[in-house]
Parts: sequence; C-alpha cells; structure tokens
Amino acid sequence: MSGPTRSRVRFYQVGSTAVGNRLVDADQRSAQSDPDRTNSLTSGHRACQGCGEALGARYVLDAVMRATGGQAVAVNATGCLEVFSTPYPQTSWRLPWLHSLFANAPSVATGVAAALRVQGKGEVRVVGQAGDGGTVDIGMGSLSGMFERNDDVLFVCYDNEAYMNTGVQRSGATPPAARTATTQAVGLEPGNVFGQGKDMPRIAMAHEIPYVATATVGDLFDLETKVERAMTFHGARYLHVLVPCPLGWGAAPKDTIRLARLAQQTGLFPVFEAEHGEVTGVSPIRRPVPVEQYLRPQRRFAHLFDASGAVAAAAVVGRLQAMADRNIARYGLLGDAPGEEGS
Amino acid sequence: MTAAPSGREGLLPRGVFEVRLHGRGGQGTVTAAELLSVAAFEDGLHAQAFPSFGSERMGAPVEAYCRIGEAPIRTREPVMEPDALIIQDPTLVHSVDLFTGLRPDGYVLLNSAGSFDDEGLGELTARFRHDRLLTVPATELARRLLGRATPNSALLGGFAALTGLVSMEAIAGAFRRRFPGVVGERNVSTAEAAFVHVTQEEEEEEELDRVAAD
Amino acid sequence: MLQQIEGSRAVARAVALCRPQVVSTYPISPQTHIIEALGAMVKTGELAPCESINADSEFAAMSMAIGASAAGARAYTATASQGLLFMMEAVFNAAGLGLPIVMTLANRAVGAPINIWNDHSDAMAARDAGWVQLFAETNQEAVDLHVLAFALAEELSVPVMVCMDGFILTHAVEAVDLPEQAQVDELLPPYVPRQVLDPDDPVSIGAMVGPEAFTEVRYLAHARLARALEVIPTLAGRSAAVLGRPAGGLVHPYRAEGARTLVVAMGSVLGTLKDVVDGLRAEGEPVGVVGVSCFRPFPAEVLERALAGADRVVVVEKAFSTGFGGVLAADVALALRGRPVPVHTVVAGLGGRPVRSASMRSLLVEAAAGGMAPVVFGDLNTAVVEAELARMAAHRRSGPPAENVLADLGLVAPHGR
Repeated sequence: MSGPTRSRVRFYQVGSTAVGNRLVDADQRSAQSDPDRTNSLTSGHRACQGCGEALGARYVLDAVMRATGGQAVAVNATGCLEVFSTPYPQTSWRLPWLHSLFANAPSVATGVAAALRVQGKGEVRVVGQAGDGGTVDIGMGSLSGMFERNDDVLFVCYDNEAYMNTGVQRSGATPPAARTATTQAVGLEPGNVFGQGKDMPRIAMAHEIPYVATATVGDLFDLETKVERAMTFHGARYLHVLVPCPLGWGAAPKDTIRLARLAQQTGLFPVFEAEHGEVTGVSPIRRPVPVEQYLRPQRRFAHLFDASGAVAAAAVVGRLQAMADRNIARYGLLGDAPGEEGS
Repeated sequence: MTAAPSGREGLLPRGVFEVRLHGRGGQGTVTAAELLSVAAFEDGLHAQAFPSFGSERMGAPVEAYCRIGEAPIRTREPVMEPDALIIQDPTLVHSVDLFTGLRPDGYVLLNSAGSFDDEGLGELTARFRHDRLLTVPATELARRLLGRATPNSALLGGFAALTGLVSMEAIAGAFRRRFPGVVGERNVSTAEAAFVHVTQEEEEEEELDRVAAD
Repeated sequence: MLQQIEGSRAVARAVALCRPQVVSTYPISPQTHIIEALGAMVKTGELAPCESINADSEFAAMSMAIGASAAGARAYTATASQGLLFMMEAVFNAAGLGLPIVMTLANRAVGAPINIWNDHSDAMAARDAGWVQLFAETNQEAVDLHVLAFALAEELSVPVMVCMDGFILTHAVEAVDLPEQAQVDELLPPYVPRQVLDPDDPVSIGAMVGPEAFTEVRYLAHARLARALEVIPTLAGRSAAVLGRPAGGLVHPYRAEGARTLVVAMGSVLGTLKDVVDGLRAEGEPVGVVGVSCFRPFPAEVLERALAGADRVVVVEKAFSTGFGGVLAADVALALRGRPVPVHTVVAGLGGRPVRSASMRSLLVEAAAGGMAPVVFGDLNTAVVEAELARMAAHRRSGPPAENVLADLGLVAPHGR
C-alpha cells in the first residue's frame, strides 16, 4: 500500500482519537487526535444522530486543513451536508465555504482554483464536495469536465447511496434491491433494479487523473491518510467515501461505523487507491463477511428477509453476494493478485 | 490613409455605395466583404461589412454585404438594391437569384475565364449596362499567383479597377495586414494582376464601343 | 484607436483591456469569435495575468465564473440563446449571491424551432434574474458598454450582461475606436470584493435562507439593482469625459423633440430606425426614436419623460411574450400608465428576419395616421399561417408545424401524404 509507513499492529478501535494515537509517533497521529485541529465542521450543525456524512466531512476537511496549514477553501453542492451545516443565520464551517448549486460544485471549484492561482495564491487549495446525487447524477458532466482538464481540485463524494435530503429517493449510486421512496419494496422486483450502477471511482480512473481513492467512515484513519496523500498531488483528484445514513438506510444511529466496516468487509464496497488510472493499493479483507450480515441491520433491505428473519429472497441475496465476490476477485481484496479486468 | 481615388464623388450620388457579394462557403466571400470595408476605411470612407449565412458548411451559398459611404452608416438591413455585385462562383445561378435588386446602372464583376454568355448569364444580364459587366479569371489568377483557388483577392483587385471606389493601394494594405508575410504578398500580387486585367478589359471595351459608335 | 474591425474582435479587445482575471467560456454561435479571440490573447500572454478555462458547458462556464468571482477574481463569460437557458440556474444564482460577473450576450433566438439568428428572446428570458441588462446599438457602444459594465458590476455587486445583436453586430465589420489601456484603467480600478473566500478571514457564502429572512435578502437585491439607474448615468458621464464620446446611459432620444409618434426600440435596429426617421422627417412627418440602452433595471421615469409629448408610441421589438404580446412594450406601457397614450407593439426581426427600412417606414406612416392595430407582427406571411391553422383544424395528425411551414414556403420537400 502507498502512503506513510504503517504499524503492523492493528487496533480494532479504528478511528478512536485516543487508543492507537498516543501509542504512535507524533507524525503518524491522526488529525483528529490533535487538540488543536481545525474542527472545520464544528458542533452545532443540524445533522441526524449517527450521520455518516457529518463524520466523514469533518475528518476530510480537518485532514485537508492539516495538510495545507489551514490554507483551503471548500465548495459544496446542494445536499444534506450543505443544508445541515448552514441553517441561516448560522454556519458550522470554520474555513471559507461556498455553496452555489446542485449540479455545479466541480465547476465552481475549478473557478475558485483559477481565481486563487491568478491572484498568486496558489498555495490555497480547493476541495469540492457533494453527495452521491450531486456527484454521479446531476453533477457528473461538471465533474467529468473538471477531470478532463485536470483542474487542481480534490473532489470528495460522500456516498450515502440516495438523495437523502429530499426524502430518500434513489440515485445512480443506490445499490440494487435497496428500498427508496422511488424504488419501493413492492411489485415483482422490490427495491432498486439490478443495473450497472455508476461506478464513479472507475469512471474517475478512466479519466486517468493523478489520484483516485475510496474510503469509508469505518476506517477513519485510512480516510485521513488518503486525504493527506491526495493533497500531495496537484491536479484533479477524487475521493469516494461511503457514509451510511441511519435515516435513509433504516439503520440504528449507533451502527453507522459498523455498517461502513461491514460494507468493506463483504466486498460490496471495495476500498482502494489508484493513480493515473491504475490501482496502486487495496485495503485487504482480513476475514470476508457474507453480505447477509451487512444487509440485515438495514430496513432498506428488510424485504429480502421474512417476518421471522429468514432469508425470503435468496436469489436476490445471492446476486448481491455475487457482486461482492466479483469485487473481491477484481481488486484482489483477499490478498491474492487482482483478477483480470472484467472478471 | 491613402488619398481617395478621383472621380469618386460621381459614384456616391446617394451618399452610399452598396455591394453584394455571392459565393460558396470556403471561397472567402465573407473575408472579401470585410477586406473591402477595410480598404474603404483606409481610403478615408465609412464602411460596413457583414455576412448573411447559416451554420458553417463548405460549398453552401453565402452572401455578404459591404456598404461604403461618406457618412457613418447606421442601417443594418441587408443590401436589397446593390450598386455592384461580386460573384465568386457563376454556378450559383442555379440556386440563387443573383441579380435580384441590382440597380439598372449597377456593376457586376464575375469570376470567370469566359464571358457572361459563356456562363449562360447573357440573358439574365441583358437589361443591365453592358459596360459595367466584366469578368475576371479570378480562380485561374489565384491558382497561379496565390497557390490556391481562392478567388477573393483577384475579385477585389478587379473591383477596384472596375468601380474606382477604392484604391488598389488600400486593397493591398488590407490584405497585407490580414495575412502577414508571404501569403499577404501573394494575395496582393493576385489582386494587382486582376486590377491590370480589368483595367485592360475596360479599355478594350471602351475602344470597341468607340469603334462601334463611329 | 479607430480601426475597421469585426464586432466580436472589438469586444474581445475591450474585455481584455478590462483586465479580467478568469475567463470561462463555452462556444455557441454567434459568440464564438469573441471567446476565440480572448482565448488566443491569454494563450500568447498578451492578456495576462488571466486564467482562461475551456468549460464543458455553458452551465459550467457560469459556475466557474461564480467560483472565481467569489474567490476575488474579476470574472467574465459570454453566451447566447440556448447557452443562456442552459446556464439559467447559475445566472439566477450569480445575481442572488451578488457576484459582479460580466457576460456578453450575443442575442440569438431561442428554440424550438432551433434558429441561430438574431432576436432578443434570450435576453428576455433572463430579465427577472436580477442582472443588469444593457443593449448596444453599435459595435462602438458594445465596446464602451463592456468597460462600463465591469465598473457598474463591481460598484453595485450585481452581475451585468451586455447584449449585442448576434451576427448583425458580432459579425459586422465597422469602424470602432478602441480605448487605450490607460483610459480603461482610469475608468475601471482593480476589483475590490465585498465578499471573498479568504482563509485568513473565513466566511460561508450561499447558505439556505428560510421564510423568516428570504424576503429581506431579496428586497436588498432589488434595491441594489435599482441603484443602477443612478450609477449608470454617473459612469456614462465619466466614460464620456475620458473617452471623448458619449458612452452608455439609460435612454437615447433621437429627433424626439416635437415628435407626435415616437418609436421605442433596443439594439442595432435603432440604426435602421434612425434612417427611417430622417426620411420621414424630411417629408414633414413628426416622428422620432427613443432607444433604450438599459433594459434592466427598467428606466421607467426617464423613459416616461423622454416620451412626453407623443400622441402615440410604437414599440419595435425583437421578442414577444407568447400568447400575450410585447415584452418591451409591456414595460413601456407600465411606464406610461399615468397617461392615455396608445402603445403599439411591432414584433419584428424574429429569428433573424431582416428589419427592412421600407417596412418600418410603412408601419410608422400607418401608425401616425392612427391606423395600426395594437400588436403587429411585421412582415407576417398570413397565407402560410392560415394554411397551417387550416391543416391543424382538419387533421389531428397534422405534423410538425415548423416543417409544414417550411414545406409551404418551398424551403423543404413536403412530407409525402
């Protein structure tokens, strides 16, 4: 794996700001363990209890601020993060922050970066951020343009797999079989259809931009590390972060981090890094977990199980397992060599 | 700015002289109108040039206009009653009403190695002043002196000779500024060759008319 | 310096003289020559320091301008017609955020049916977006209005669009006096933002505003825009002093004194109308023209004074409100609501149809004689219109109207039936 040298001893309380951090060298401690961290998204915002996005955004921006010495600007698309962080007349943001529209965060970020550069302030870095809807659907054209021009922006997608702020409607990132308000658990194929999905990290890789990575809030130190690695590059960079949404997923707020970890451990959400279109490292799965363990705690998949909890839609669960297995093979997530493209 | 050609006052009884240029996309019709207006400007006149065309397409009929006058030109309508036509491609007659609106004493400069009759335009132009209809082999001159089949520089040189409205020096200056270096010089040579050709043709016509009148 | 130059290139030079720092562009006819010229100037270093970005859409281009302006840079873009509509969300956003972006709008008709030629329907679609809208009569005015636009935008913290007729002005070659850099610098000092993204003094820009505060925020936007009615004359005066010629303003009367019939119009058609007026005046007809240079905010009071003394007003406009009537005419009528003066609408020049001086002449003669209907579509081919209406009445499956009209006019082969 690329990045700073990691200790071979792995602590299970991943993301803890105390355990693990006091015991590592100062220069390897997480941004969050620093009492003088920026706290870029500070307390008082209106996110739901257990919001994965609020957690992810704070970690990401604090890592950016540490990497840039506090010289950063954030551009935000419309969505949950923008709404809960800036309820008029208050703001939770401790860094310069701009919200324009839903579809244009990547373009606006490009404009900010150009303005900073032309004013001789190139050391001030730009982060664009959006949810999955603002990234893979309505923002995709804008994002692809930013990638193609290799504009100097780190774009972060907080993926909670649906349009949450408007009431949990499906997006191009919604997984198959998931119940949303526009893919209800009714009819012959309850929940979201089985389609290609929008594999945004691979689409980003197809643009051969300097750095692409995926991460989850189930491994916050990994998330921070990837942000800091991203900030060592100039040019277009993309970070796709899985952020469970208790409300939209129908999960308990206390399960956010556990579900993120399960998504990675089943193989449904592969965690990896890529540079210029080639995978450079993966987070291996120590012990693969059957997808069922990940699906059960989420009421958006409740229709796959019957009243007693038995698997009612075995074929569907089987197809989801096949997707996970395919990711494991493709990325070599069990520590084997990665499989052939398209396998 | 060069001195205005003499006798120009007679050309502008209405105060303005309107030219309509006909060509096909890729023949430099719009550029011709533009450079004609630049030449007129250099000669101390007011000029306005603008195209009438659709989306980019090689070979499609193109019209461009140039108004030249002694006062600032305010109107924006297309040229409906031209004082002169510059026709870059005689085959346009099959798809365009080339001579519509041309004033009875209007000028026509036609790109052809032959005559109006040779191009099948004799009947269409019978009603106009015969001494103001001239051809110039602009494409042939361009091929020889410019190295490409773009007739517009020859046609502008010919126009200067035909009407005396703008000077050859101004036409040359306009081409040189637009196409610096060798390309500009070749355009100028082509225009000057056409100028000479048209001047000779006019002199021959006058001589013929004089003989016929005797 | 006076030179014979294509309108688009003159505008590109004028914009370059205004020292823009970020230029984000996407091509659309008939604005392409402007952005190509600017792009080349940045690439060669002639315009520096400036970042030029080839955007992936008009929506992206305006969004980049928004980001750039919020980060403290002087930002510029250009578009027309469909491009303006594609970026419309961002157009409203820029005004709402109070960002002093300047945009050239090369006026072009809005489809369907698709049409690349000039009319004002694009500008009219954006008239309530909160931008200042200025209309240029000539390429000289287009040049001078761009300089004024940046100064105005930055003074008010409001975006400004300079409208110039597509093809008719953008592609016309005529004499234009381009100002010197020193003159533009005198009229346009460096940009000092009212709000800016600055790590040393962080602010959040673009928060959600609920029912308790939205009205006030919007009222402030209205007040800011309305100030343009005072600031424009001041800037125009300053401009005239530095450049030595009149430049910009709210309305421009021409031979309006003693006129019984006054024509109101915007943009390049004013040139043609002035020729028509001269012709009619020479015959003793008391007509005049009032050109509207600032359309938004609408200079109602100034226009009302300019139209005093007229028995009738004829608004010649290149747009209309479908199903209702004129757009400019409606604003003019509102401005004149205290007086019993008939306001006629002449819709002319739609989709690039030439506005002929002969037609305008007859219409004005008719108007002066009191014979004109309230709304007239100039040069309308009623036979073709009636044929299509009859076709629609006779058959449910009457076919696409545009194609039927083109077939009736012999411009396309008729659909076999």
